[in-house]
Amino acid sequence: MKQRGILVRDFSHYYGQTRSLNRINLDIYRNEILGIIGPAKSGKSTFLACLNRLNDLIPGSRVEGKILVDDQDIYGPEVDVVALRRKLGMVFATPVPLPLTIYENIVFGVRLLGNNNRRELDQVVEDSLEKAGLWTEVKDRLHTSALKLSGGQQQRLCIARVLALKPQYIMLDEPTSGLDPISTMKIEDSLRSLKKDYTIILVTNNTKQAARIADRTAFFMMGELVEIDETPVVFTRPSDKRTEAYLEGKFG
Amino acid sequence: MGGQLRLQPRTEQKLVQLFMYLMTSIAVLVLVFILVVILRNGLPQLSLEFLTHNPADMGREGGILSTIVATIFLTFIALLVATPLGVGTAIYLTEYTVESRVTRIIRFGAECLAGIPSIIFGLFGFILFVNKLRFGWSILSGGLTLAFMVLPTIIRTSEEAIKAVPSAYRLVSFSLGSTRWQTVTRVVLPSAIPGIVTGVILSIGRSIGETAAVIFTAGSALRMPNSLFSSSRTMSVHFYILAKEGVSMPKAYGTAAVLVISILVINIVTYYLMEKYIKRKS
Repeated sequence: MKQRGILVRDFSHYYGQTRSLNRINLDIYRNEILGIIGPAKSGKSTFLACLNRLNDLIPGSRVEGKILVDDQDIYGPEVDVVALRRKLGMVFATPVPLPLTIYENIVFGVRLLGNNNRRELDQVVEDSLEKAGLWTEVKDRLHTSALKLSGGQQQRLCIARVLALKPQYIMLDEPTSGLDPISTMKIEDSLRSLKKDYTIILVTNNTKQAARIADRTAFFMMGELVEIDETPVVFTRPSDKRTEAYLEGKFG
Repeated sequence: MGGQLRLQPRTEQKLVQLFMYLMTSIAVLVLVFILVVILRNGLPQLSLEFLTHNPADMGREGGILSTIVATIFLTFIALLVATPLGVGTAIYLTEYTVESRVTRIIRFGAECLAGIPSIIFGLFGFILFVNKLRFGWSILSGGLTLAFMVLPTIIRTSEEAIKAVPSAYRLVSFSLGSTRWQTVTRVVLPSAIPGIVTGVILSIGRSIGETAAVIFTAGSALRMPNSLFSSSRTMSVHFYILAKEGVSMPKAYGTAAVLVISILVINIVTYYLMEKYIKRKS
């Protein structure tokens, strides 16, 4: 029943001489929300950057091992990095609307492909905003600057912008870290409903958030995957002492 | 020990404020003084005829139309060449390379270029464009010489403007599946445009006002230029010759007034347009 989408095998990542991920092994199933928790510097964000190769942009970045996305080795020689990044959409911790209108932010990725058909773009904008739960709030001001939206709206705009790419995976890096509880709730609601069409990888500093919405949870620490299991298992009877200590708030 | 000499914080604050105020006033006063002198002597010379007639009798009579046209052409050519070169260099240095010995050498070179006196550029232009390439004293030679002269300014200001674009924009752009070039053209440059334009305006000002580099390369013919290869005289060269040779001080002041006013107008108009652009974007 559970189909594997991403397979990570003995994967390590280095920034220059510093090892930031150490021999990670994990599978990500289709249509699940995988929560990734762990203290600062545990390698959570680096792991996301490795999945869509944004780490390529950092000088001195180096990898070992394998990551297969839909059976394709993404560090293989014939990989189309641009296509890979469209397949694994990414939402960052701080909402970063580009200095464009709401409309142009959403269609940014679509226009990159050379599609400028007005009707299709309109449709993409409506669908994506609808899915991200933002349509009713902004439908009357699509052509005003995206920078005027509130923080929570901006983050939902960023999710909509990723959805417009028609990705298969959505990776979110602490998407609600700067948001108020209500905005956080709205985003968690959208993620729950997005699960049926997408595979979601959610890095979060907020362990309760993982408990609330992740199907499975992975605990990272100092570049190592300490454990990964069904969320209730991780939270109620973790198999590793470090996970237990972290969840009890003893560090992190 | 020092404590006893200390002023009351409030008195000290007042004194510092007064001092800053004085410094600022002096800077503004110098500008006002220059403007007043030029405009008081120059404005009475201005008339429609002055702007629409060519100089006659070596500039003693007539207007300055041909020198206005020459100035515009020269500046236009200079920026046509220097803007793509400068912005291109800045893009290369900021987006396509990592900081290394090579980029430092390029940057150092550009800065040295900025420190070279303009008359040396004039000499360089004379040797290369006028003689070696046989463009003669011409609008083309003058324009190319000016292009090299303003190049460092454009590189520097463009580079600063590009660097000021938040790196998060680039990350987002890449994460949405754009290539480096798409990131540069669709995200980085639109955000950097106000800064780049500032550099271009500065360069326009410098080109219009430049005398030494131009007198060697564009020549000083008074007739209306009719091709890229016409020798011609810019407003600033015209002013220099009128004043230095004692041809006509009133006409010299008239020319100076036109120069100063046009630079002012260019600055005001572009900053106004820039404001609108920035407002529209945010």
